[in-house]
Amino acid sequence: MENNLITEDKQKNKLEKAFEILKTMASKPSGLIGLTIVLFHVVLALTSPYIAPYDYKAISPNTMLLAPSAEHWFGTDSLGRDVFTRTILGGRTALTVTFFGSLIALLWGGLLGIFCGLVGGKIDDVVMRVVDAFLSIPWILAMLLIVSLLGTSTEVLIPALGFFYGKGIVRVARAATHDVIAKDFIVSARARGHSNMSIIWNEIIPNVRDAILVEGAMRWSWMLLGFSSLSFLGFGVSPPTPDWGLMISNARGLMSFAYWSVIAPIVGLSSLIIGINLTADAFAKALGIDRSTKAPV
Amino acid sequence: MNEIIESVKNLSIGFNSQKGKQISILRNVSTNIKKGETVGIVGESGSGKSTLALAMMGYIKQGLFPLKGECLFKSEDLLKMSSRQLEKIRGRKIAMIPQNAGQALTPNLKIGYQIDEALRLHTDLNKTERDKKISELLNKVRLPSPETMAFRYPHELSGGQQQRVAVAMALAGKPDLLLLDEPTTGLDVTTQAHVLELLRFIAKDTGTSMIYVSHDLGAIAQVSDRIVVMYAGEIVLEGPARKILKEPIHPYTYGLLKSIPKLSLAGLPASMPGSQPQPGSINEGCSFYDRCNLATDNCKKNSPDLEHIKELDTNVRCFNYKELINQNNNLQTSITKKSNNSEANEVLKLKDVSISYAKQKFFDQLLNKISDQNPTVKDINIDIKKGETIALVGESGSGKSTILKSIAGLLKTKDGQIKFENDRILSSDLKMRNPNDLRAIQLIFQNPDESLNPNHTVEQILSQPLKLYFNLSGEELKKNIIDLLKKVRLGEFYMSRYPRQLSGGEKQRVAVARAFAAKPDIILCDEVTSALDVSVQAAVLNLLQQLKEDLGTTYVFVSHDLAVVRAISDRVAVLYQGRLCEIGPSQNVYKFPSHPYTEVLLGAVLEPDPDIKPKLVAEDIVEEKPPEKGCSFQGRCPRKIGDICNSEVPPWQIGENGNAIRCHINIEELASLQQ
Repeated sequence: MENNLITEDKQKNKLEKAFEILKTMASKPSGLIGLTIVLFHVVLALTSPYIAPYDYKAISPNTMLLAPSAEHWFGTDSLGRDVFTRTILGGRTALTVTFFGSLIALLWGGLLGIFCGLVGGKIDDVVMRVVDAFLSIPWILAMLLIVSLLGTSTEVLIPALGFFYGKGIVRVARAATHDVIAKDFIVSARARGHSNMSIIWNEIIPNVRDAILVEGAMRWSWMLLGFSSLSFLGFGVSPPTPDWGLMISNARGLMSFAYWSVIAPIVGLSSLIIGINLTADAFAKALGIDRSTKAPV
Repeated sequence: MNEIIESVKNLSIGFNSQKGKQISILRNVSTNIKKGETVGIVGESGSGKSTLALAMMGYIKQGLFPLKGECLFKSEDLLKMSSRQLEKIRGRKIAMIPQNAGQALTPNLKIGYQIDEALRLHTDLNKTERDKKISELLNKVRLPSPETMAFRYPHELSGGQQQRVAVAMALAGKPDLLLLDEPTTGLDVTTQAHVLELLRFIAKDTGTSMIYVSHDLGAIAQVSDRIVVMYAGEIVLEGPARKILKEPIHPYTYGLLKSIPKLSLAGLPASMPGSQPQPGSINEGCSFYDRCNLATDNCKKNSPDLEHIKELDTNVRCFNYKELINQNNNLQTSITKKSNNSEANEVLKLKDVSISYAKQKFFDQLLNKISDQNPTVKDINIDIKKGETIALVGESGSGKSTILKSIAGLLKTKDGQIKFENDRILSSDLKMRNPNDLRAIQLIFQNPDESLNPNHTVEQILSQPLKLYFNLSGEELKKNIIDLLKKVRLGEFYMSRYPRQLSGGEKQRVAVARAFAAKPDIILCDEVTSALDVSVQAAVLNLLQQLKEDLGTTYVFVSHDLAVVRAISDRVAVLYQGRLCEIGPSQNVYKFPSHPYTEVLLGAVLEPDPDIKPKLVAEDIVEEKPPEKGCSFQGRCPRKIGDICNSEVPPWQIGENGNAIRCHINIEELASLQQ
């Protein structure tokens, strides 16, 4: 029996483990579809500046609101710009801002949640009430305030979005930590006299990491939607930079006769969100966290 | 009497592994249950005993499926029945009593209603008849005041009472066969003895056949007429209870019986090497081959069949059973342990220690005092000598683990002092202790599944204390880890394993190694063997003893199991409701005279011997809080003498054997009473 175990579960390095998880994720159709969509968008975002057929900001009065054709695959918008060019470029800012935004959310939300879960008591009470207070503020109003005060540059958007989407992660990380700290191995580490930092790093993080990562992946798709809403309201990316939210906003008045200029960015945005959601679910399953039976708090 | 109620024929149950391989966890099991007979099914965890028992009521857990064979209940195959047909049989013909009645009862329905439900479903009685029947049933299972009991909710009852209600519900349908799956495992020793006594009475009184599934040979010995021993999904031995327990002719059963610590024996029980094979890992040969000391080449290649031996009325699955037939008189042996030097210095002194779980009130918090007048643990005075093993014994709620936690600094004391080496006072706050004191006192926990970080390899687990206390790294760290693994008899290749890849015994060895990594002076053992199988328990006990003899460590050993304590400890302290009742050298505590509570505890111990019946001298009432005045044991004491027990705390008396007893009864009188 012992020999079986060794061959079955040899010591694997981290890369092999990550590959194994990817393989498990891709083994189910939903995971495969999700991964493919996300991969497609990432590749597109990386290569689009080189493959875009037109200049994204070239305004041309002669080609206003053309229907899709061989020349302009997705047609043109009200300023005569090529919708295909703008659509494949439109995900770049959204992806970068929200990716780094989620990383920040994960970091501060995760660490604060773990810390509160571990120390408990008054510190935990106070911090959690503050987090609750922030949760009660409609985030979009607060975002609008920040953006109108500090401008719409990515240096402002990334930390601001990271902050607002991290609040939810605090709760998840804290609950996951509560599950773990009741276990004897934490008591044992405490009794040995390890510092709180060492307990967090060595004993808690390896056990809550998966739950927090999955939560972070879900937040990423929400953040995309949030970021696009900001752009839609005109507080995200400034024109003429192509962005899905902005494109939808600009073209929405013309929807009844130039539907193509709205549909392309909508498909782009929603496919990415669906892709990320499917991937996050497959990721959770591959890590052994079942979101269908166990609510993430 | 010889009518067969249920018979299992060549039953195999298995599952499909992730790789699509068919793995059987029950292999070719055949047995018969006769009318009025109690059959005990015994085996270690993973032996397939519960799967077999559940299959006997036509239930197969999700993911499992029958591979072949049948379960005939009165010549109808339960495994082929539709769920409609099974409904008519379950509860009415075959009833089950679950392990944890507290979880099996619906918490928001009254006891009477729940029994009534069973009656409505399984009988044709009308309302008044049913009401009569309910109080009859509650009477039968000996619940106090059955009239009011019916109107109570499950949470208002103690664990033992809940178990009795479950028995009453099972009896409601007048079943022909009762299935009991570890019905007493979660209960305290005294409660367990009472419930078993009740079950034995019911079996006799109603003539119901019973299948009693347990890992505990002591409990099995008390109730069974016949015993079936399971190992790795097979029946290895089957026969009359007395024969199996007194003259086991299968090497596994023999080893199992030898590895059970017994009250009558001082030393450590002999351990069996290895552990039970995982399902699907045996391809050829006998499943016990690896651990058997009678094994020959034949056993490696060929799997023995269950052979019927007429003169013994026994079935045995072994080629070499004849070697065991006439040498069984040495079951009552044990490994003598080196006793420590009683002249040694004291390393740890508990002086008037009280511990309270009560929350401070606001004003008390301001004045920084604790107002609880009746703390959970009170007036504990114990001096622990270097190199001795002192055991704290008591039922749940006796405060034994609480004391352990406060020694470790995990729980603040209310009053009193904990003195370490040279009478230096140890702070009861973990953060105030210096690192060297923290190193000197280490803990081993009950359940290694919880005490080892599931995401760390054994190497990472063992490196934690080594890095923390000795700042080791690189080659030196690795060398130390290998040394530690060697100490606990594990190979170097265990370093890269995760806890989930280890068996229960191996995990506990890693936990032991981690405690010893700190080179501690004192190790606090919190029920370290109670989550382990018997054969593994013996091995861990032997390991602990060996390490202690080699390294001179002091153990504070907490356990509810008096036989285990007898085996390992030099001195025993008996606790009831957080107060000391008796303390003394272990050979003397186990002799009379003893404190009435010790007497009760000792009387309730179940030995794997049908001739030693438990002596039930006290009621199994559960007290929630210690009494405010007088003797802590006043509520249950069988030898209570009067008002003095309720009003005054009894004085310490020292017997001629050297054990100190806290009782109002004169110690000589106590001796004559108990003889």
